[in-house]
Amino acid sequence: MSSTKDPKPKNAVSRRGFLGGMGIGTGAVGAGLLEREAMAAPAAASVVGPGPVPITLNINGKPVNLTVEPSVTLVDALRNHLDYTGAKRVCDRGTCGACTVILAGKSVYSCSVLAIDAQGRNIETIEGLPVNNPISTAFVNHDAQQCGYCTPGFVMATKGFLSEHPSPTMDDVKNGLGGNLCRCGTYMGVRQAVLEAAKNMKGAKNG
Amino acid sequence: MQSFAYGNPATIQEALALLAAKWGEADVLAGGTDLISLMKEHLHTPKRVVNIKNIKELEGIQKTDAGIRIGALVTLDELAKNADVKAAAKSLSDAAAAIPSAQIRHMATVGGNLCQRPRCWYYRQGFGLLAMKDGKSMVPDGANQYHAIFGGGPAYFVSPSSLGAALVALGAKIKLVSAKGPREVPAASFFVAPQDETSREIALHPDEILTEIVIPAGAVRSATYEVRQREVLDWPLVTASVVLHMRGNVVASAKVVMGYVAPQPWDSAEAAKAIAGKAITAETAEAAGKAAVASAQPLSQNAYKVTLARVAVKRALLEAAKQKV
Repeated sequence: MSSTKDPKPKNAVSRRGFLGGMGIGTGAVGAGLLEREAMAAPAAASVVGPGPVPITLNINGKPVNLTVEPSVTLVDALRNHLDYTGAKRVCDRGTCGACTVILAGKSVYSCSVLAIDAQGRNIETIEGLPVNNPISTAFVNHDAQQCGYCTPGFVMATKGFLSEHPSPTMDDVKNGLGGNLCRCGTYMGVRQAVLEAAKNMKGAKNG
Repeated sequence: MQSFAYGNPATIQEALALLAAKWGEADVLAGGTDLISLMKEHLHTPKRVVNIKNIKELEGIQKTDAGIRIGALVTLDELAKNADVKAAAKSLSDAAAAIPSAQIRHMATVGGNLCQRPRCWYYRQGFGLLAMKDGKSMVPDGANQYHAIFGGGPAYFVSPSSLGAALVALGAKIKLVSAKGPREVPAASFFVAPQDETSREIALHPDEILTEIVIPAGAVRSATYEVRQREVLDWPLVTASVVLHMRGNVVASAKVVMGYVAPQPWDSAEAAKAIAGKAITAETAEAAGKAAVASAQPLSQNAYKVTLARVAVKRALLEAAKQKV
């Protein structure tokens, strides 16, 4: 996927695909013009923008090219430019955790990272996890979601947390997942799921 | 967020060349946990954002004869986990570890923690640092439950840095650099109470970068005690950070600094005096707590913070006394 994506509407028309298809033609033309303008402008060696600039993000092990203004956050680049809609933009101020992705091995709020700044580092999103991964499976087993809006953020925060704490206690889980909010209040299920995922992931590692 | 040009310097000199002589032109970007929110709220609308994360000289923690040098780009996570910091300055290590959440600690830097803007809701809602209306601050008669109980007027916000009180108590030095050269500021003078709306709450100039912090060498007992309304995703209501120089079982000298009670970390000479020459017991710690808040001037809705500060000082002293240094 890239920002110079196919301007034709997708064959299978999803709500998102439809809305995306509506705006994409003019968007692509606008970005193209601004991009040429930015490249033509003689700027100091290390300064780019404020107009759109071409960047490359490494998402789930795949390099992806897109063209965004330096002011575009990672969550907006993922969702609005690349159709990676797993990370959710909720508070947009680094206080809810719904946009959590893993950047260079650490969980971060993608609403508080500039996309341009995320270049050169591995970005892991929920789309990169296999369907039956131990964390998602444990979330299903423990009904660790109600409306589900916070779930991708919780799953990615859990992945980051378990990489640092492979054998957590319940207190570790409470503290370690404290950066994610669930408005439905499904914390009990989430915590149980994290403990089960830890157990299963260790089992897998130890054969 | 207003569009901005983005500078990505690899050296301090390159970064300094992109800064400006007055505020508003350029902002330094490190972890981004505060600046990006400030820009979304249009509280900061820089023409240029200078990313300093690729400047290698600003990284790392080193133990030297002079003490511990902490680079501005060290994340709160790295600071909290560093064994040298834990051994020599437990108060700082604990203060970093207590900052919520994991995601914030992974992103936020030490330099950014010191340079973040106040969390005062008047400021964050666009009423300015001093929340002035018709020449008068709105805070004393307004919603002031989280505001200052010391040093209020004309600024009533509380210093937002969780590390600030610990650094002042430890006698840390903060190093700054501009194109004119480096300078060093004691942590105690880095935080200032602004007297007018155009001033800043830190000693950093707009053309400067905070490069590192140095914790002086020396065996001390230290502790930070925080009181929070919520365990996660919030700032403390009050903190107390203490440093004890011991002579046997007796406190030779002490530093007692409270956080979130004033526009700066609030160094209580009264509390330090109350505990000096004494062994730390429940009674002497209680007396020091009382001395710490004797001159507090709470606003209409925050008298509860006086009690919290008294207890925080007492508990921090008792915690520090347990250490074997």
